[in-house]
Amino acid sequence: MVDFIYLVPLLPLLGFGAILLFGRRLGEPAAGWLATGAVGGSFVASVLVWIGLLAEDGHDRVVTKTVFEWVPVGDLSVDVGFLVDPLSVAMILFVTGIGALIHLYSIAYMHGDENFSKFFLYMNLFVFSMLMLVLGDNLLLTFLGWEGVGACSYFLISFWFQDEANATAGKKAFVTNRVGDWGFMVATFLCFATIGSINYLDIADAAPQLSTNVATGIALLLFIGAMGKSAQFPLYLWLPDAMAGPTPVSALIHAATMVTSGVYLLTRVNAVLENAAGGATNLIAWVGVGTALYAATIAVAQNDIKKVLAYSTVSQLGYMVLAVGVGAYVPAIFHMITHAFFKALLFLGSGSVIHGMDNDQDMRRYGGLRALMPITGATFIIGWLAIAGVPPFAGFWSKDEILLSAWDSGGLNGQLLWLVGLITALLTAFYMSRQVFMTFFGRNRFAEPDASEVDQAWEDFVAAAESDLVDADAALATATTEHDTASAALIEAENAFGDAKLAMAGTAGEERDAAAAAVKAAEDALAAAQAKAAPAVTAFETATAAAQEARTAVDSARSARSSQPAVELGEPLDAGEATEYLPVAVAERAEHHPHESPWQMTTPLIVLAALSVVGGVLNLPFTKGLHFLEHWLEPALYHEHVISAGAGTKFLLAILAIMAGVVGIAAAVAVYISHDRDPATIERPILANAWGYDAAVSNFMGGPGRRLFDAITWFDATIIDGAVNGAASLARGTGGIVRRVQTGLVRTYALGIAVGAVALLLWFLSRSVS
Amino acid sequence: MFADLLAAEAGAAAGFPTLTMLIVVPALGALLIALTPKGRVEAHRLLAVLATTITGAASVWVLLDFDGSEGGFQMRSADPQVWIEGLGISWDLGVDGISLFLIVLTGFLFPLAILGVKPEHDDKAYYAWLVVLEAGVMGVFLTMDLFFFFVFFEIVLVPMYFLIGNWGHGNRKYAATKFFLYTMFGSALMLVGILATVFLTASATGNDPTFNIVTLAETQALSMTAGRWIFLSFALAFAVKVPIFPVHTWLPDAHTEAPTAGSVILAGVMLKLGTYGFLRFGLYMFPEAAVWFAPVMMVLGTVGIIYGAVAATMQKDLKRLVAYSSVAHLGFIVLGTFAITTEALTGSVMQMVNHGLSTGALFFLVGWMYERRHTREIAALGGLQKAAPVFAAAFTLVMLSSVGLPGLNGFVGEFLILLGAFVASPWIASIAATGVILAALYLLWAYQRVFHGPAEGENAEMAELKVSEGLVLLPMLVLIVFLGVYPKPMLERIEPAVEELVSHVELHVPDWSEPTADVILPSDDDHHSDDDGEDH
Repeated sequence: MVDFIYLVPLLPLLGFGAILLFGRRLGEPAAGWLATGAVGGSFVASVLVWIGLLAEDGHDRVVTKTVFEWVPVGDLSVDVGFLVDPLSVAMILFVTGIGALIHLYSIAYMHGDENFSKFFLYMNLFVFSMLMLVLGDNLLLTFLGWEGVGACSYFLISFWFQDEANATAGKKAFVTNRVGDWGFMVATFLCFATIGSINYLDIADAAPQLSTNVATGIALLLFIGAMGKSAQFPLYLWLPDAMAGPTPVSALIHAATMVTSGVYLLTRVNAVLENAAGGATNLIAWVGVGTALYAATIAVAQNDIKKVLAYSTVSQLGYMVLAVGVGAYVPAIFHMITHAFFKALLFLGSGSVIHGMDNDQDMRRYGGLRALMPITGATFIIGWLAIAGVPPFAGFWSKDEILLSAWDSGGLNGQLLWLVGLITALLTAFYMSRQVFMTFFGRNRFAEPDASEVDQAWEDFVAAAESDLVDADAALATATTEHDTASAALIEAENAFGDAKLAMAGTAGEERDAAAAAVKAAEDALAAAQAKAAPAVTAFETATAAAQEARTAVDSARSARSSQPAVELGEPLDAGEATEYLPVAVAERAEHHPHESPWQMTTPLIVLAALSVVGGVLNLPFTKGLHFLEHWLEPALYHEHVISAGAGTKFLLAILAIMAGVVGIAAAVAVYISHDRDPATIERPILANAWGYDAAVSNFMGGPGRRLFDAITWFDATIIDGAVNGAASLARGTGGIVRRVQTGLVRTYALGIAVGAVALLLWFLSRSVS
Repeated sequence: MFADLLAAEAGAAAGFPTLTMLIVVPALGALLIALTPKGRVEAHRLLAVLATTITGAASVWVLLDFDGSEGGFQMRSADPQVWIEGLGISWDLGVDGISLFLIVLTGFLFPLAILGVKPEHDDKAYYAWLVVLEAGVMGVFLTMDLFFFFVFFEIVLVPMYFLIGNWGHGNRKYAATKFFLYTMFGSALMLVGILATVFLTASATGNDPTFNIVTLAETQALSMTAGRWIFLSFALAFAVKVPIFPVHTWLPDAHTEAPTAGSVILAGVMLKLGTYGFLRFGLYMFPEAAVWFAPVMMVLGTVGIIYGAVAATMQKDLKRLVAYSSVAHLGFIVLGTFAITTEALTGSVMQMVNHGLSTGALFFLVGWMYERRHTREIAALGGLQKAAPVFAAAFTLVMLSSVGLPGLNGFVGEFLILLGAFVASPWIASIAATGVILAALYLLWAYQRVFHGPAEGENAEMAELKVSEGLVLLPMLVLIVFLGVYPKPMLERIEPAVEELVSHVELHVPDWSEPTADVILPSDDDHHSDDDGEDH
């Protein structure tokens, strides 16, 4: 049965090969089904291997299967060989199981993508690499998988490569991970130099004989690698950006599997960690718990549904690293598995929401989706309860064991580790409840304007009034001019009439008749002028009134804008008088109706939800007999981890952990359901901006870092190359022959060599013939 | 007269003078091309393809005929043809695990370089120079005689000078002249070194002078001081050829301005003349001096790795970027050579081949991109993956090989070099290992700017990889994957020669032994045998 292990990586590899060769011909959805079948088959094979190992007892459950010699040179002997033991089998079971579900999900999620088959090509290659990572019986084969998953991660993050941001995120992930990989490589060298082998079993055998310095060195160097892959501070930077990839990728690679490989690696070399200096493992624990807290504070203020989950993943990985740091390998693996269940569930659920919401990832526009997407909603809620640490859901048991182990690691240090972990648990419950409430509870907000849109509407509203005023003033100016012209004409006509009458006074006879006619004409002209002036006056008066009105309208618009009624917390935003100025996007959103996803997407959600409910049974704390995972992993762990705390302490710690979860949820209810508090008091900009760390690193890289690189390049072009050219010009001045060479006769010189060489050869030939 | 030459080797056990053929076939091919009337373009091309393909087939024959368990030189004629008895110059060819794959790489790359791109003018001269270049390169790798080594080492300059100067781009005259003068300067010192070696050895032993490198290396008659000075004269010539910081600035110019085939051959095989020289004439002939200079050389190699990568990152021309990446890659080979451990040396030899494949392929791709877009400026390119996904995929694979992704060839070499170097000097190796971070940075950044992002204008219409181009590239891609997945057949043929070389150094350098790993566990495999002295 154990021989089925060969099929486990082989099937995804064959799937990769088949899609590579025939992917375009297979197209959609055949390529997706093929890939899903390959990973599903791999899962079946993993189960068979597991059953095979179950049939063996205890320490016979560690088997090495060699495929071929890979890099045999000198004292180094590295095989492509699989270490089949309880640890690797636990890993392959959840990697292939969850992998198959996510492949199935992707068939619907990637529907209509022009590179549909390419997506599954990378996905199968990823699963293959991940299996090499966990199955490798030596550091180098694990490193092959380690870099392989990194490359697939790079391909898949930048899958939609035409968007510059995705391409940048992919590159950032790979390069940041390479910083960690440096640690991995040097650790491998150190193992070889001090042990003479990089096989895990040899390392474990030799570990007790290693000096503390060497063991510490290996442990810390591998930890640098783990910081990259498992996204710990300060190398976590790439993971939130990695959300640029399609959501199934985030679920599989950036939540459930690849990012746990750092934790796996440290567990794999647990024999070395046990021999490392206490300060080093304590450092690992503190980096873990510090990252957990740090990322949780950031998650609280994110509005992108995937960003919340990304920081949550960083935080949960921190818990696992904490567990490794305090030597609690079983809880670390336990949490890795339960986390894989519920975080994959949450990511796939978020994908379903994003799918239903027409690719909108902003939670502020969600709300009330429970009714519209019942399966997604129900399963997401289970995932939430699992991560928030509500018993009896899976996450509670594994997180509780980590916190217990932290407490139990001793002294004030242990208690502080526990306390930070507990605060993180509270924050976790809070931000996850926030996410669930914003997404699934409350009213549908997708058709509502958001704050920036309302602001924009008001701005446009006032601007419209102002533009009306400008028009009215212009009209008034025109009316004024016309009015003035008409008045002037009227006065002129009146004067003419007066003059005419005056002129008539001193006349008689025929003259008088003529004058009377002139008076009559002047009178007519006056009447005409009066008739003309009357409407101009009216128009002027109207325009004056209109301008006045427009001025008032602007004032009232401005005052309306500044005196918008405060919206009750939790009430929809309203643009009031400015409603008609809302951006068209709002109306467009209203056109879209959120809907539940197809069965290929909901089935994995249901399966993962079930696992998130019952996952805890892997290792229930009540009696020794229920510690299934602990018994199972025992042959792979070289030092028994004993909890010294008594039953009372354990119980008390568990109660406190539950309380932390309850407080976190209650706080979220207060803010996001009953609206007793303004969310802005919690969602601070500094948290939303990840404490400014990412920006600081980018600024450093783009600023001093880039200037240094530029300086070196300048040095190369100007100083090094300049010296050569300078020497050449110097030589040019020194002698006739050199000058002629320099001025283009190098070709003559070159031909000289050719002729000379041929002549020499001919000479030798003639000698040899004679 | 060639018949006579062939007969010389025919007397050897091999029965057929395959090694001599490797030099004579391309030389004859070039001669035939030169004799064919001008204007018969197809005939020139056909002759060039035939000559290089026959040579390539012969190199594969050598590979198949090679006894992988043997550490010393093979396929030597039983009685080397002596050319000038009084001076001890002889036509003596041989191949060992160190030169074997360089010969095969040469045989493999030349036909591809000829098939991959056509010259724009003067076909006849172009093909003649290219084919005669192969004869020279083969000669360098095969000869066991210092005199012929020098002759071949100089001969290769001539065709490359004309290839760059006549068929190159832009500032080609400057680049060709710089290349020529730089390398000549190095060689001039080496000539002095060669003569000093031969005549100082003769006077020290009282025997007749000999140019035979095996004899010279086994005799080790030079004084320590003389050995170190002479080593320096060789080292400078090789340092220019490799190139090693700070004598590397001819390379970006030469690479960038050379025609595509020239860049492929320059990077693929000609830089290896320098690294091969370090192994054969540095370590083998002057073991004491090599050990004495090793720390300096390891530091220079490491400087090259980081400096080359930093400079590559900031290049604006894609071809120049690839050129600087060569400086970094060759830095690894120098580091591995002077770590003088079995792992590092084996890695170095393998890395010479790896670099030839991946950088050769990169130069093809950049060259074809230039044919389509008429620019190599990174800023002018963008979003090419949209219009040419297969082209982009091929570039990705080659790039990842160059980045050193495990599962591809580049990783195995780099890993062995760093591992072996770590055993010799943990700090230097740890610093050198940061090169893998930088390699990812400059290549992925370049890839992003060239292939990712929105495609505008001509970039949106770039032509896809042609079938003929794909056929040239395919063998390289297959080897890139094969050597990464299953490097054993290659490694096990290199290793005996490397072990022989290390034992040779151990034998001749008092107080020095190969740095090795501490082995805590009882090792159950004894495939690593330290038996030496078979050839002594």
